[in-house]
Amino acid sequence: MTALTAARAPAEERRRARRARRHRRATRWSPYAFIAPFFLFFAAFGLFPLLYTGWASLHRVELTDPTHMEWAGLHNYSRLWDDEFFWNALRNTFTIGVISTVPQLLMALGLAHLLNYRLRGSMFFRVAILTPYATSVAAATLVFVLLFGRDYGMVNWALGLLGFDGIDWQNGTWTSQLAVSTIVIWRWTGYNALIYLAAMQAVPGDLYESAALDGASRRQQFRHVTIPSLRPTILFTVVVSTIGATQLFGEPLLFNGSAGATGGADHQYQTLGLYLYEQGWVNLHLGRASAIAWTMFLILLLIGAVNWLIGRRLRKSR
Amino acid sequence: MTATVPSRPAADPTAESAPRPATPAGRGRSRAGRQLHGGPVTYAVLILFTAGSLFPLVWTAIAASRTNTRLAGTPPPFWFGGNLARNLDIAWHDANMGAALLNTAVVAGTIAAGTVLFSTVAGFAFAKLRFRFKNALLLLTIGTMMVPPQLSVVPLYMTIAELRWTDQLQAVILPTLVSAFGVFFMRQYLLQALPSELVEAARMDGAGSLRIIWHVVFPAARPAMAVLGMLTFVQAWNDFFWPVIALTQNGSPTVQVALTGLGRGYIPDQSVIMAGALLGTLPLLIAFVLFGKQIVGGIMQGAVKG
Repeated sequence: MTALTAARAPAEERRRARRARRHRRATRWSPYAFIAPFFLFFAAFGLFPLLYTGWASLHRVELTDPTHMEWAGLHNYSRLWDDEFFWNALRNTFTIGVISTVPQLLMALGLAHLLNYRLRGSMFFRVAILTPYATSVAAATLVFVLLFGRDYGMVNWALGLLGFDGIDWQNGTWTSQLAVSTIVIWRWTGYNALIYLAAMQAVPGDLYESAALDGASRRQQFRHVTIPSLRPTILFTVVVSTIGATQLFGEPLLFNGSAGATGGADHQYQTLGLYLYEQGWVNLHLGRASAIAWTMFLILLLIGAVNWLIGRRLRKSR
Repeated sequence: MTATVPSRPAADPTAESAPRPATPAGRGRSRAGRQLHGGPVTYAVLILFTAGSLFPLVWTAIAASRTNTRLAGTPPPFWFGGNLARNLDIAWHDANMGAALLNTAVVAGTIAAGTVLFSTVAGFAFAKLRFRFKNALLLLTIGTMMVPPQLSVVPLYMTIAELRWTDQLQAVILPTLVSAFGVFFMRQYLLQALPSELVEAARMDGAGSLRIIWHVVFPAARPAMAVLGMLTFVQAWNDFFWPVIALTQNGSPTVQVALTGLGRGYIPDQSVIMAGALLGTLPLLIAFVLFGKQIVGGIMQGAVKG
């Protein structure tokens, strides 16, 4: 009996040691196996192109022969600097960005406030205001082109009922930018409202209770409890919307109908994203398109830095 | 930036709380001291916003059921006509929408499946395992989350031109097969949804890496995987910029590329264009009717806070 257990013990020992070794090996190497598929794709299609854009922007590259690169130094950038259409696109991107983002986020904030009430059919309202998010840029823009039509559009028809003259939405600078912004606002207001709603529901209830005990009215509670608690979320949505506005492309492309990537007869609603596309895939200058891309990147970094500074000041002031 | 952790089912923000008897005034203060009942004005404004959100979609269907001549008339049509079948038929066959829908289903399905799979496995490693360069790699991933697609489009185009992938579906599938947001999203979820002891115990029992993924990680991650899958599918279905560059209207377009062709006067009939827009949007609208609650919940859970 004793001999038997003595014989079994080393075997058991060995098995345990083997298992421990395998365990150690697994803990050591398996994490890399787990992240490898992601990073493989991420490096090939995310990181590499991002950096290579900068390299391509220093070259002459034509769409007709995209693998042939010819050194050009900073020529693409200096050419951009002198191109009035670049500055026009930058200006348009900024104005359309402001016209679309500011009302969108304000409405979303109000909408979230309303959705935060105890409501009958609250899920219906939430899904309904999110349906524009399910609509693609292309489908939405095609519909809005009709709605904003000069001769038979519903918007002008409604204006006519109110006694106003029809507006040539597409050909005016401000009117076309307003129309393009309307598409953006329509698609994203509900989405942002849900983000705000999630943040509002995370505000601790006793904050409101003590505010109510101090005699704060509901409007005061909204201003002094809700808004301050939502600051980080608001900042976040501002950043995301700004990035979205910087890359605006599909709406101005399709708002122009069959007339191409010019963003209107006078380029009145050509954005940076559309200008990049026009330079690269209409005028066939991929190198120049890369330079535009990196300029956009710099602008985003600038916005990021400003955002960080504002965020720091907000934190300090609290 | 930090992000809210996708909450566990217990804290599901979409969960309707139990109905409570309304106070006589109809908008009394609830016990939580916060959730007031909405008054008539609240409902009126919400109904207005709902109408504004739905109207362009409903009108797409109305316009798609009319003729081109009727759309060039005043006042614009407000109710359905009898031309829907004809317009859908033309859009389906002549404007390549049938093929485009199939292509998009393949593209969006593959991207959603790939993103969910890779994100869950990588997210698990970032949430629960220890390895060198973990924080640096995570930071790199998060850092590129907000970089717009315009920034990499030229090299991507050069790559697919070199590989002769232009106008082939893999050109739009592979570059978006993984997502930094997905990895981050799954990491945040698994951090709290998967107890570390469970992983340790499975290891002690001698389970290999694949078995741990299959029997421990996937069951714990399932709710978040579903949410990520739906959000990714919607995004991939509607992706516009890169497909417009990589694919053509007459080759193997996705829905969005086919719609772009329609809008550029490929078919000048407005009612057919609206029928195409309707066809391209309908699958997602149906998904919204079926899974709206889950999608709303997913967006609210994934809401990233600064």
